[in-house]
Amino acid sequence: MTTPERITRADVAHVANLARLELTDEELDLFTGQLAQVLEHAADVASLDLAGVKPTAHAMAVTNVLRPDEVRPCLDRDEVLGQAPSVEDHRFRVPRILGEAP
Amino acid sequence: MSAPRPSAYLANAVRSGGRSAVEVLEESLAAIDAGDGEVHAFNLVMADEARAQAVAVDRTVANGEDPGPLAGVPVALKDNLCTRGVPTTCSSRILEGWRPPYDATVVTRLQRAGAVVVGKTNMDEFAMGSSTETSAFGPTRNPHHTGRVPGGSSGGSAAAVAAGFVPLALGSDTGGSIRQPAALCGVVGMKPTYGTVSRYGLVAFASSLDQIGPFAATVADAALLFDVIGGHDPADSTSLNRPTPRVLSVLDDGVAGLTVGVLAELLDGADPDVVARVRQAADALAAAGARVEEASVPEVVLGLSAYYLIAPGEASSNLARYDGVRYGLRRDAEDTVAMNTATRSAGFGAEVKRRIMLGTYVLSAGYMDAYYNQALRVRTRIIEGFDTAYRRCDVLLGPTAPTTAFALGAKTGDPLSMYLSDVCTIPSNLAGHPAISVPFGPGDDGLPVGVQLLGPSLSEGTLFKVAAVVEAAAPTLAPPRLSQEVRA
Repeated sequence: MTTPERITRADVAHVANLARLELTDEELDLFTGQLAQVLEHAADVASLDLAGVKPTAHAMAVTNVLRPDEVRPCLDRDEVLGQAPSVEDHRFRVPRILGEAP
Repeated sequence: MSAPRPSAYLANAVRSGGRSAVEVLEESLAAIDAGDGEVHAFNLVMADEARAQAVAVDRTVANGEDPGPLAGVPVALKDNLCTRGVPTTCSSRILEGWRPPYDATVVTRLQRAGAVVVGKTNMDEFAMGSSTETSAFGPTRNPHHTGRVPGGSSGGSAAAVAAGFVPLALGSDTGGSIRQPAALCGVVGMKPTYGTVSRYGLVAFASSLDQIGPFAATVADAALLFDVIGGHDPADSTSLNRPTPRVLSVLDDGVAGLTVGVLAELLDGADPDVVARVRQAADALAAAGARVEEASVPEVVLGLSAYYLIAPGEASSNLARYDGVRYGLRRDAEDTVAMNTATRSAGFGAEVKRRIMLGTYVLSAGYMDAYYNQALRVRTRIIEGFDTAYRRCDVLLGPTAPTTAFALGAKTGDPLSMYLSDVCTIPSNLAGHPAISVPFGPGDDGLPVGVQLLGPSLSEGTLFKVAAVVEAAAPTLAPPRLSQEVRA
């Protein structure tokens, strides 16, 4: 593996947008430098030749966890909805999603 | 010689009617009241709920029934453990005011064992940090020296036990967040094997690494708490459905016949006074009958880099749920995407934003193979390296943290230097293995040093009995001045 190119200010702006974060110009400058530093430290990992080594996503992999198909109580609807910032007709209410009128 | 177990004595006194749970609780609440203004271990003290629980415990005793092995013992919870109807903030603005509609499994198990939950402890925001300074509610201070950090991310839980506010607390450990603050505060802290303690109701940071574990003043009390919280839980699909090691019953078995390896890679980079304490602990184990040898797992030096690719990757996915729709903070805006963005930008602190962006970057097209997938392969190599060492050694020994507690503010401007304080604890999380930090006297600056014992999966019984021998040999550590005042 070769080490990828250094992360740029434009990269940070792009991932901030993907992550739904809005950054000020000062934050963009600060985070670009800090993320570059962490990724440079990670170059020891990125540059290793690990072809043929299996990746481990979970150290104690447990597969096919099933439970009996029985009706059981779930969380109380009103208690759950009571935590939401905005609710209408027993549903979560959000601002408009597409271009239609609210 | 039997390991000291103050919580067990306390519980037995309550069970036998010798002391009332209400009286024990009032002592704890008074200690918090007297000292927590200085320490800030707690985000929330649940005095009313705790008093109701204590009254119920005393009533159980009066009825001739047994409230359980933690009868009347005050316990503090890290504020990322869900408590039904009681605010659970993860020390983040984005969850301010949220009252979970359910209890974490560990909370239910504590209550069934007769414990009294006294409050929610401060932490690094979403457990991202090593000093409890990224909390949105201000830092916790180390009870041994209030100009120093308590470590993190479970700094509030560690400080609450060290200050004598509570005898027991729970934390979570993703890269060392129980063990490192335990070491810096001079208490016992343990990260169990992944899957032995249910994560149901633990607010997720990095799901393949997170594990709940105990804090206590002594090894035996940590063992008691581990026995209560461990075991299979159908509500957590990663919970191991096999017998969990019982540790309290093997505590006094000694170390004769065991092989302890002093892990060279964890000594590299540690301060000389910390290294000297590790060597002293090794000598004590040899004197107690263990075979002590030098050990090496070269792959663990890659752990820090791998961790800071894997954990942010998982975090960026887990924290996508904070979108202002179902709970917590909302910042209104003209459409939903703008509302999501405004909410997240206002609700998350700088460290959480950094990790979300780092994780999003290493998972994004073009970089996933170079960073994230490489880190997962390194994880495999680290596990193989440990497996090789554990063919010769029953446990490995090293420092828990490379230094004693550092000054507040010393590392907040330099994320990488903060991340380096987790270098000794991260390998066990990547491998899913258990590890325990035991206080072992002061360093040159008079502040606590922790030595760490690491073992293979499900070796908790061995770890605890070795830890009990280390504890018995530990040099005296002066109790925090604060806690002396509180106890006076």
